[in-house]
Amino acid sequence: MTTEVARPMFDTEELVLNMGPQHPSTHGVLRVVLKLDGERVVDADIVIGYLHRGIEKLCENRDWTQIILITDRMDYVAAATSNLGYCQTVEKLLSIEVPRRAKYIRTILAELQRIASHCLWLGTHAMDIGAMTVFLYAFRERELILDLFEEYCGARLTYNSMRIGGLPLDIPVGWDSKVREFCDVMEAKVCEYEELLTNNRIWLERTRGIGVISGPEAIAVGLTGPPLRGSGVPRDIRKDEPYAAYEEFDFHVPIGHRGDTYDRYLVRLEEFRESIRIIRQAIDGLPDGKILGKVPRVIKPPAGETYHAIESPKGELGYFIVCDGKSTSPYRFRVRPPSFCNLQALPRLIKGHMVADVVALIGSIDVVLGEVDR
Amino acid sequence: MVDSLIIPLLKIAITLNAVLIAVTYMVLLERKVIAWVQVRLGPMRVGPYGVLQPIADAIKLMIKEDITPTRADKWVFTAAPIIVLVPALIIFAVIPFGSETELFGRSISLYITDINVGLLYVVSVASIGVYGLILAGWASNSKYPLLASLRASAQLISYEVAVMMILVSMVLMAGTLSMVGIVHAQLDAGLWFVFAQPVAFVVFMIGGLAETNRAPFDMPEAEQELTGGFHTEYSGMRFALFFLAEYANMIVISSVATTLFLGGWLRPFPSVAALAFLDFVPSWIWFLTKTFVFLYVFLWIRATFPRYRYDQLMRLGWKVLIPIAIANLVVTATAKVLL
Repeated sequence: MTTEVARPMFDTEELVLNMGPQHPSTHGVLRVVLKLDGERVVDADIVIGYLHRGIEKLCENRDWTQIILITDRMDYVAAATSNLGYCQTVEKLLSIEVPRRAKYIRTILAELQRIASHCLWLGTHAMDIGAMTVFLYAFRERELILDLFEEYCGARLTYNSMRIGGLPLDIPVGWDSKVREFCDVMEAKVCEYEELLTNNRIWLERTRGIGVISGPEAIAVGLTGPPLRGSGVPRDIRKDEPYAAYEEFDFHVPIGHRGDTYDRYLVRLEEFRESIRIIRQAIDGLPDGKILGKVPRVIKPPAGETYHAIESPKGELGYFIVCDGKSTSPYRFRVRPPSFCNLQALPRLIKGHMVADVVALIGSIDVVLGEVDR
Repeated sequence: MVDSLIIPLLKIAITLNAVLIAVTYMVLLERKVIAWVQVRLGPMRVGPYGVLQPIADAIKLMIKEDITPTRADKWVFTAAPIIVLVPALIIFAVIPFGSETELFGRSISLYITDINVGLLYVVSVASIGVYGLILAGWASNSKYPLLASLRASAQLISYEVAVMMILVSMVLMAGTLSMVGIVHAQLDAGLWFVFAQPVAFVVFMIGGLAETNRAPFDMPEAEQELTGGFHTEYSGMRFALFFLAEYANMIVISSVATTLFLGGWLRPFPSVAALAFLDFVPSWIWFLTKTFVFLYVFLWIRATFPRYRYDQLMRLGWKVLIPIAIANLVVTATAKVLL
């Protein structure tokens, strides 16, 4: 039996569109090669590596303390969490006990950083979808956090704000009340963002049902962080394997239901509020004491390997370090960056959507190219 | 001689210049308004509060290198911005800015011409602009502009249908196609047509936003998706022509909306004699004020809303606005016959 194949009247051809690496919405130097049928994406290929600086190799030739500074340069919009993850990994290798006060301050810094990172995400994500005012509002609040960081450690972007075994500096006088004030401001501002977006018809139409990924699928492609929680998987390392002082605080892990762009958006907005809650508890219960534990003068961990992961604003940020027990630098230094792993899901999410959704989805999984390429 | 040649020429010169200056200052106004919405200052450096910014921008655009991509179709590439701008400017020929005014002992009408098919002229001239966009995207020989120009043509054509239907209802209301006649009809009826035709007004404004490619319907130039859309490959003065055309179109839509719905140059509540003292305000001031309100709304919307997606926009146009417009037309016609 032969089947009639309907022949189109005209020949049609797929259009290959090169989006990036110089494109306003690819958040740096991501390059997405799209195969388009009209405006619908048939296939997407992601090209990375434009920001590769060889950070892992670089770290293998540096002193343990020097590496902290390099970790700043990975996720440059969330440097404090990168610092934290690395320092904790080395502490695990050396079995160093970190003083409680240091743990609290680290938690405060990490949560402030989470808010700052989410502010940047919200701003750029909304901007990609065309709501430019949210961008400036979110950056206004991010500025306040950068000011707090500047007061704490003098830097605004790459903080180098942690040390192996604790912290380099205690908090300045009056800093805690400023953080408290910031929490009050931020709480009101989150409502302002919600007012602009959450129930906006256009926003709903642009994000609902876009890039749906189910929980099991999300796990299968290796999503972590807010994109995974948006799909309804309550996985948060702060809760599941508590580090720093997280086990002492009371907070929720917001999750979504449908696993679309809108849910990922809601999850992150809720995380703003949870972070504020954590910061308030940490400031209120800030214990006295030392800020640096007992650390040997020459750091030379015993031969062996370890993996330690924390919940960075973007997902599971893990460090895998191998020591040979002889040198004062790691034998092998490997990072599991959340942006890189989350980016794998992008072609899967994009397929079948329109060009306009591509930018929405890139924003929705929140990648930082510095961390993807390292 | 004076009445038939010099005065019309003077009017054309004044209108053209006024429109072009208004357009340049529209850009400044937009930047300022959006800046205020976003808690910023906007341009502040050139002149006090940045009032000379448009001049600086114009000089910059004029002395910039005018690049024609090597693979572009040269003639079409050059013609496209002109095709976009010229219709936007010549529409002003039929817009009545005010009533008859005494000037230097002469009675002067504040419009360039009043043709009896004024509204038809507006619609037909306005639709020529679309060709410019399509040609610009095509001649650039580049993918992003091509996608954008396809979006633009689809969008403009589908929204024109809805707007046309609305205009037909308005013509039924006024009983004339002449722009001046429409204002007089509102004077005779004693009310602005916006109160008689609220649905038509809303549909016209949405359609107007879409036809001028303004946010939230600015898909053809969606910077975040298509890196600037159909004018991606343009630079210098040719780019400026697109820019001018966009803002001129905004003013066109606002003035047409003012004429059709807000009673053109009429004062508020033209039939209420108690408000007659408002007549001390010249008619053209009323007109400009109303137009300005519309322009402000355009900017306000841009600062507030995210952008629609192309297919959603088409759905809104074909499945919502056009049926509403047709229903409105039927209701208007029925009412007209019965009353």
